Formats: sequence, structure tokens, C-alpha cells
Amino acid sequence: MTDATLNGASGGGHGRSSLKTIDANTKRRNAAEKRFRAYGMAAIGIGLFFLVVLFFSIIRSGLPAFTQTVVEMEFTITQEQYEEAEGQLFKTKAYSNLFITQLQQQLEERGLELDFDEAAIERLLGKVGGNLREYYAGNQNRIGEPVEFSLSASSRVDGYFNGRVTRESMQDSRFLMASDLDLVDAMAEAGIIKSEFNWNFITGADSGVDNPGGAGIGASVVGSFFMMLVVLVLSLPIGVAASIYLEEFAPQNRFTDLIEVNISNLAAVPSIVFGILGLAVFIQFMHLPQSAPLVGGLVLTLMTLPTIIISTRASLKSVPPSIRDAALGVGASKMQAVFHHVLPLAMPGILTGTIIGLAQALGETAPLLLIGMVGFVARGYPDGFVAGFTEPNSAMPAQIYTWAARADASFYEKAWGGIIILLAFLLTMNIIAIILRRRFERRW
Amino acid sequence: MYDTPNTERAVDQKDIKFSAKGVQVYYGDTHAIKDVDVALEDKTVTAFIGPSGCGKSTFLRCLNRMNDTIDICRVEGDILLDGEDIYDKKVDPVQLRAKVGMVFQKPNPFPKSIYDNIAYGPRIHGMAKNKADLDEIVERALRRGAIWDEVKDRLQAPGTGLSGGQQQRLCIARAVATEPEVLLMDEPCSALDPIATAQVEELIDELRTQYSVVIVTHSMQQAARVSQKTAFFHLGNLVEFGETGKIFTNPEDPRTESYITGRIG
Amino acid sequence: MPTLWLFLIVLGVAAAGYVLGRGRALQSVEGDNRKLHSLPSYYGSNVLIKVVVPAFLLMIAWLLIQPIVVGNTISGMIPDRSVDNKGSLGLVMAEVRRTAEGLDNAIAQGLMDEDFVNNARADLADVTQRLKDAGQIVTSEVTQPILNAAQRYRVMNATGNLMMTIAVLVLAVLGALWGLRESHGDFRARNTVEKSIRALLIGAASIAILTTIGIILSLVFNTIEFFRLYPASDFFFGTNWAPSFSGRGGSSDLGVLPLLWGTFYISIVALAVAVPIGLFAAIYLSEYASPKVRSVAKPLLEVLAGIPTIVYGLFALLTVGPLLLKVFGDDGLGIMQAGTAVMTAGLVMGIMLIPFVSSLSDDIINAVPQSMRDGSYGLGATQSETIRQVVLPAALPGIVGAILLAASRAIGETMIVVLGAGAAARLSLNPFEAMTTVTAKIVSQLTGDADFASPEALVAFALGMTLFVITLGLNVFALYIVRKYREQYE
Repeated sequence: MTDATLNGASGGGHGRSSLKTIDANTKRRNAAEKRFRAYGMAAIGIGLFFLVVLFFSIIRSGLPAFTQTVVEMEFTITQEQYEEAEGQLFKTKAYSNLFITQLQQQLEERGLELDFDEAAIERLLGKVGGNLREYYAGNQNRIGEPVEFSLSASSRVDGYFNGRVTRESMQDSRFLMASDLDLVDAMAEAGIIKSEFNWNFITGADSGVDNPGGAGIGASVVGSFFMMLVVLVLSLPIGVAASIYLEEFAPQNRFTDLIEVNISNLAAVPSIVFGILGLAVFIQFMHLPQSAPLVGGLVLTLMTLPTIIISTRASLKSVPPSIRDAALGVGASKMQAVFHHVLPLAMPGILTGTIIGLAQALGETAPLLLIGMVGFVARGYPDGFVAGFTEPNSAMPAQIYTWAARADASFYEKAWGGIIILLAFLLTMNIIAIILRRRFERRW
Repeated sequence: MYDTPNTERAVDQKDIKFSAKGVQVYYGDTHAIKDVDVALEDKTVTAFIGPSGCGKSTFLRCLNRMNDTIDICRVEGDILLDGEDIYDKKVDPVQLRAKVGMVFQKPNPFPKSIYDNIAYGPRIHGMAKNKADLDEIVERALRRGAIWDEVKDRLQAPGTGLSGGQQQRLCIARAVATEPEVLLMDEPCSALDPIATAQVEELIDELRTQYSVVIVTHSMQQAARVSQKTAFFHLGNLVEFGETGKIFTNPEDPRTESYITGRIG
Repeated sequence: MPTLWLFLIVLGVAAAGYVLGRGRALQSVEGDNRKLHSLPSYYGSNVLIKVVVPAFLLMIAWLLIQPIVVGNTISGMIPDRSVDNKGSLGLVMAEVRRTAEGLDNAIAQGLMDEDFVNNARADLADVTQRLKDAGQIVTSEVTQPILNAAQRYRVMNATGNLMMTIAVLVLAVLGALWGLRESHGDFRARNTVEKSIRALLIGAASIAILTTIGIILSLVFNTIEFFRLYPASDFFFGTNWAPSFSGRGGSSDLGVLPLLWGTFYISIVALAVAVPIGLFAAIYLSEYASPKVRSVAKPLLEVLAGIPTIVYGLFALLTVGPLLLKVFGDDGLGIMQAGTAVMTAGLVMGIMLIPFVSSLSDDIINAVPQSMRDGSYGLGATQSETIRQVVLPAALPGIVGAILLAASRAIGETMIVVLGAGAAARLSLNPFEAMTTVTAKIVSQLTGDADFASPEALVAFALGMTLFVITLGLNVFALYIVRKYREQYE
């Protein structure tokens, strides 16, 4: 402040000085102004930078989950070979050996000579012999003619193909050895091994802890879908009814105040507390089935209600009172005025709010942990509509958490991939909400 | 108080403080001020009158570039303060506004103490050497704002706690604390009751000895009471400008006459 | 699913009642609906409401009360000896329910018949074997008292369900008759129906209160249960958190202080990130940015708020943690041991809170009247001087409220700390050390293998109570400040 006072004393900003000469004090102040502005821009920049980094790491780490590595090879077995293999003590080993011989032949035909043993094949492709035997046991008529086989490679090979595992980063282990990578390279050159889209990830169910390659998110998408159905069916009517009461009918009294205070506080209660509520009331007290989408849906309904009520009230409030007056003026009852005129006009806003509330519920994880939607492996789809609500299932965010909490790093890729799917759903819902708002928004 | 305008006084020649030539103002596509030429004298109270929406406030806000804060506003033409173009690229509006203070329609004290309200301007412009100096500036400003006696015992009380008339005089004191050369007042009495209005009008008349004052007003009586010169605006045009007494008794333009006699407006 | 069928039957009665009621009303005025007091549909709705509402209320009440009554009777039957063996009554009851379910399923598979199941003197070994064959037993052995209790449980439930079906159906029909009797031209059907709808609306609005009551009850009862097993003073003032799952009580240290410290430390780091960035972003957006920049930057920032917390958790665990470890770990500065730490969780939580702080502050800054800014510009202040010395002081109470709301968010956040903060509870000042929070421990105590009645599991409810009280206090205070602030400028 010292130089400022000096400048001030020598006529800073007033007196008979010319306006066109900018004095030192003003220069200093303008510099401060620029700095302040720069802080603001930096803050926005940092925020957007975080956003970019977040999306970059999601996409970079998640995309590999959508591809899988498969070995595609033509394999022929003659009647004699089949009978010989079936006659042996270790039948699958016999099939493996046949496979290895043919693989070697095919590589040689393309001018690649490599030596590998059964263990290497097992590290790359799992138990090939078993798969082959199973196939021929069921399709005896295909014996003697060439059959196109498509065998999925292990998750380590997946990792090698999409850069998660490199020769430098890899250490020899019982899962994958450096020599195996030579084989993989050779097979890739021969066009036998390649990457393809992993449909199983989108449609499949979770696999066990030892099989990251086979894990899919499909079953938990179904679980989430049933949960959202419960949330929608309960929270929309209840939320709208509560909002109509509070906005249109509620008298100014203590009871109304109590409800208002409750709603605004519930909106800010940590989600985990709703999980505790669900555990204590729905599971311990009412004995509803654990891990069921019905319970998850109930908990999420209670969580979403405040959001929906707040947005519904805002859209009811935006309908001008003249509409109500007009309806009352022609002799409609208050109830008729609200249900025939105000509610339809507020509907686009209500739906937008509901979709946004649902999107919030879809991504919520913490309460699901407490009602047991993790900690078991959802291996299948529910086998009926009613069962969809009451049978144990997972939900998308819970499934992602399950994968993230597993020790095997190969599951991380699946977790990121699951996030891409989850975000795709959220994005779609939000876009629908935006379109609804744009299309039906009314300015009074 | 000048219940009858003193024409003699206004006859003596004074320096021109502000002179505007061919000023045009646009709000987006709206042409709000059309080709206004006017010269405002030093140590004079000039009143801008006219029906609402005639552009008088807009023109006032051009004089200290308050319109810069509105994105869609565009000003053309020359406005000279002491012969210098205030819209010149080299002019910093911050420095300009220190010279040309402003009082607003609604009293708008900051949510701070009375003392800090007054000291705000001197502080940001670096006008005080030390605390004692600042105290003196604050006291002088409050005295000039004719509110010292009412607030001297509670300088640390919040400025928002004063009555409407006191708040407006506080705002005037705040404006004069930065030692401006011109004081712009945008309907300073429109939110005040008659007693407070009388106090503020008295204050304006005292301020005339040191400052050039420009006042926008809705009330013709007020213009007649406080000003020596009057400008009548209508639909963005400056219709007539001259001695207050002449405008009110013998207007040249028929529109001015209609307004003064209450037929338009 | 008999309850579902009952539900559908009641709906069917209601639909029939609607048609009949409407018809009867029209008939009473010889089809001239101008003579009716209300529109014909209101007469139908009147009957419908009188069928549905009492029947469903009874059904819900019955479904809630029956398990309690049955449970109490059954638990009276169980000798103390079996309770001692199992550790707690709750576990025994769970076993009884499982056995009863097993018997049900065995019948469904045709491995037993009703008489065999209900034979109280049935041979225990035989029953066990058959249940095993049906694939219904997972636990060790069914004991005699448990089998008897399970048999009784099945019988009581069956009678209860039958009685409920009868009672609900009778009530539905009575309601229909009542409604039909009223269906004549002079009856004020619209007013009656509207009164019922109004009651329905009030009921819907009261769910907010019920939810709060539900939360408080479920926390309070279990917390009291916990304090019966574990001294409250040790919980609130204990500085050591070391639950043991092996023994049953006694050997665990369940002090909440390390968890609270972890919670606050992480929240402080998060706020240290979110408040400056969010506040400056809000200032820039509301005071400087052109409408174009604002319309792009604001929604983009708010995308950060729409991303589920599990995504941030993963981001902390797999991206930010390893990144920090590279800089501060053994290869770098050597002050960080593992990727999960206070810093990791705090940083990511801060990112999550940026849009929360910025959009709340943005609203609050916009609420400061323009006349304040004009007053300051009129005195020759620059924009930044106006913001710092006029706008921000005027907006301060609101901004404080916004920060408190953000703090309450940070304290209650779960997924980020579960994945990003580590699991060790410790009182330490080093932000690069792993710590854990109240929320993370609620998850781990309730998803572990601990038996529900043990202090190790019940402590989660005491933690939940602590969390609820802290966040509720912050929220109420913050909302109060923000409301006061808004009133000031309205």
C-alpha cells in the first residue's frame, strides 16, 4: 500500500491531470485486475482439464474391454485319429497333441518354424483338448472334414495385444512366459490369432474370480433395468403427488413446514445412510430378499424422491397462476384445475426432472453395497419377469465395484469398460432430458 | 432554494466541462440516443428531463462510461471532458469514473460499515497517506454529504441500517469522497419521501459551488428548483437545451411545451 | 405368489365396482347425466377407492405385522440351550426360516408331502437326509428344536396367509357394497373422491417424514444395541480401531476417533482443492465470461457433477493413486507408500466437488443486486476490486453456506474413500499415508462376514448415526444460512 499512497499523494486519478496519461496507481490496479481475471480463467481451465483427463483415462483404459483375442484355425480330425484319441487314457491330452501338430504344420506352411509344447498352448488358450473333444463328441458327423474353430485366448494375451502387457513389463510366471510371446507373434503373423469385438462383455454375466476374460456386464444391466423400473414406478407418482400437495394444496402450517424441512434435508443425507435404512428396514425388518433389485429399487426410490419433488415443484411453480384462475373461473374445482390444466402443462418439466433423478439413481453405488448387491457373483440372468425383481442380481455400478475390488488387475480393464457402458446410459438419459426440455419448454 | 429560477446568475459565462458532439447510443438494434450535441458548464446544476424511456439516463451513463458494463451497448460520437475525448482508447474508465462520480436512483450502500462505505473510494484510489488522513477524508465527505451529525457516533454501524434518505445522502457522501470534478445523479430522489427529498435537494445546491452536477429527474418541479440549465429529451433526441427559467416559462419547441404543460409524458 | 394373486383379485373387484357404480348412478337418473350431481366417472371412482384403499391398507398392515407375531411366538418356543449354541437368537431364527423354506421347496420338488412335513414326531435324520437330497440344506444339521420351530413357522404362516386372504377379500367386497349404495344421483361423488385424492396426496408428501423416521429408528435401535455390547465412552473416545472377526466381542477396539480424523482430513484436502477452484470458476463465469463462454463452460463443468461416484473411485484407485505414487513414492520423493492415501482420495473428491461449489456460488453471486456493482463502478473501482471488496463480502454468508454443504457432501462420500483412501485406521498427519473414514468402515463392517448381532457389525450403525448427526447438523445450518441470505436480497 506504500507506493499506492505515494502515488495517491502525487495526484492519483484526480486533480487536473490528463485522462490520457495513465498514472502508476491505475497501472498497478489494472495489473491486479488482469491477475484476478487470470485466476478465474485458470480455475475454469483446471476444472476442464480434470474433465478431459478423467474421460481420457476412462476411454483409454476401458476400450480394451470391448475387444478379445481369439485364435481362428482350421482343424481336421480323421476317423482313425478320433478313435485313437478316444482309446487313450488321457483323452484330452491326445486332442491337445493333435491340435499342436496341426498348428505347427500350419505355421510351417507359412514359413514360420517354432517349437512349443502343450504347456505353452495351455497358457495361451486354456484347455484346448477339452474343447475339441467336447465338440466332436457332439458332432460326430464333422469328423474327417475341416472345421473352423474360434478359441478365445487368455486375458494375458489380451493384455499383450492391447498394450497392457509388454515384453519389458512382463515377468515370467506360470500364466505367461516370454517364449509364449514369440509364439503369439508368429501366430499373429500367420493370421491365426486376432482381435475381435467382445460381444460377451456386453451381453454376458460375471465370471468367477479366476476368469477375467469371460466377464460380462449384461446380467447387471438387466439388474439395473429392473431396479430403475421400480424407481420409476414408485418415485414418479409419489413424487408428483407430494409436489402437487405441497405446491397447490398445503396450508401454511407446522406440518407443511415439517415436510419441507424433511425433504430439503433428505436431499443432502449421505447415500450410505439410505443403504443402512434399506438394510435395517427392508432386509432385517421386512425380510425382503437380499441382493434383489426390488430392495435396491426401494432404497433408490427413497433417495431419488427429494430430487424429483424439488424439480417437480419448480415446474409446477412455473405454470402461471392465471391458468389456475382461468380454470377456477369456469367453475372447475381446485382439484380439476390442477389435474386438467396445471399438471399437463408442467409435465415436460416433471419428466425432465424424473429422468435426471433416475440417471442419478442409476449411478449410485454405496447403498447397494449394504443391501448385498456385491459379494456374490451374478452368474446368470433372472429366469422370469417376477424373478427379475426378487432374485439376487447385481447392478451396473455394483458390478463395476466388484471388479475394481478384485485382486487380479485384468479385471480393472473390465471395470473401466463397465464405466463406459454406464456413462453411455447416463449420457443417453441426459440427452433425452435435454431434448424434452428444448422441445417442450414453454416461456410464459 | 431556487423556487424561481435565477436567470441573472446563469448569464455569467462559465467554463465548459463536458461537451458532446453527435452522440449516438445503440442497445443491440435499438437506437437509444440520436445525435445529441450538448455542452455542460462547470459549477452548474444541469437537469435532464423528459418522459420515461427518452434516453436521459442512458445519456447520463455515457458521461462516465457506465454503459461499458453493459455488453450490448455501443456509443458513437465525441464526448469531451475538459477537451479530452473520454472514449479515447488511451482513457482508462476507472480513472475517468474517479473524476466523474455517480449517484444512483436507488440508494445502494455496500453491506459494510458507514465508515467503510465512505472510505472505499479513497482506499482504492490510494488517496490517503495514513489512517488519520483517511479519517479526515471520511469526516469531510460525510460533512459535505450533510449527514455527519446524524452518523458521527455510529461510524461502524452498517450502512444498510440507515433510513432511505440517510442512505442516499451516504451515497452522495461516498461519491464526493473521491474528490470528483463532476457528479452525475440518476433520479436521486425517486425512492425518497418528501422530507428526505428536500434534504437532498438542499445538498445538491450546496455541491454546486465545487462541482459540476448533472441530475436526471422525473419531476419538473425538482428540475426547476435545483438546476440552472435544463435539457429536455424526447424519444432519444435532445429537443431543447437552455436556461432553466427559459425552458419552463418560454420553451421554443412545441414538444417541450406539451411536456411541461402535461400533454405528453 | 398368493399375495400377487390377492392383489390382482382386489384390483379386479375394484374395476367391477367402478363399472357398476357408474352404471347405477346413471340408472338412478334414467341415463340423463345432467341430473347427476357429479360426472358419472366420479361415481365409479368413488366405489373404486372404497374397494382399494381399505383392502390394501389391511394387506400392508397384515404383511408387516404377521412376521412379527409369528417371530415372537416361534422365538418363545426355542429353548435357551440352542440359543447359547448359536450365539444369538437372531441366528437361530434365520436358521428356522431357512429350514422352513427348505421344507417348502422340498414339497415343491415332490420329495416330501404335506403330512410328512407337518408330522411333529418325524425322524430328524430322515428329514435332514431328504432335505439334503432336495439340495435345500446348506448348514450343518437340523436340530430337533429348530425342526419343530420350522414346522410351527410354516403352519402359522399358512394360517396367517389364509386369514389375510379372507379378510382382505371381505373388506374389498364390503367396500364395493358401501360405494354402490351411495351411487345415486344426489350423492356428491366429486367432493368425496376429491377428498380421498387429497388424502392420498398428503400421504405421498408424508413419505418424506416416514423416510426420516425410518432412518432415525433403524439407526437408533441398532446403536442402542451396540452400546449394550460395547461401552459408549470407548467408542467415542477410543483412539484405536481394530475390529476382530475371529473372536466374539471383547477383543475388538472400536474407537471412532481415527475414523473421524480420516474423514475430516480427507474432507479438508477435498475442500482445499474444490473451494478455490470452484469459487474462482464461479466468479469468472458470473462476472467476466461472455454469454458464449458461459454457455459452454458451465455445462461442461457440471458434467463433473453428473458422473457417478464409483467412476471417481476407480479414477482415484487406478489413475490418480499410481500417478501420485510415481511423484511422491519411493522412486520420487519417497514419502508415499501406496497409491491409496488421504491425498489421492482428497484430490479426487475435490474434483468431484468443483461443480458443486461453483454452481452454488454462481447462484449466490448472481443474487447480489446489480446496483451494488454499479455503486462500486461509479466510484471508479475496477471489476476485480468490485468483486473482492463489494460482491464477495455481500455474498459471503451464502458462500459459507455453499462450502458447508460441500463439506457435508465430502464427509458423507463413500465410493471414493472405499476405493481410494486405503483401509488402515490411523491418527497421522501425513497426507500421503493411507487412512480410512467413517463411511468406508460402515461398508466394510456390514459387507464382511461378521454376524449381524456382533458388536463388529453393529458398530456400523453407531458410525452411521455419527455420520447422520454430523451431516444433518451441517446441512441444517447451511440451509439456514443460505435461506437467510436469499431473504436479504428478495
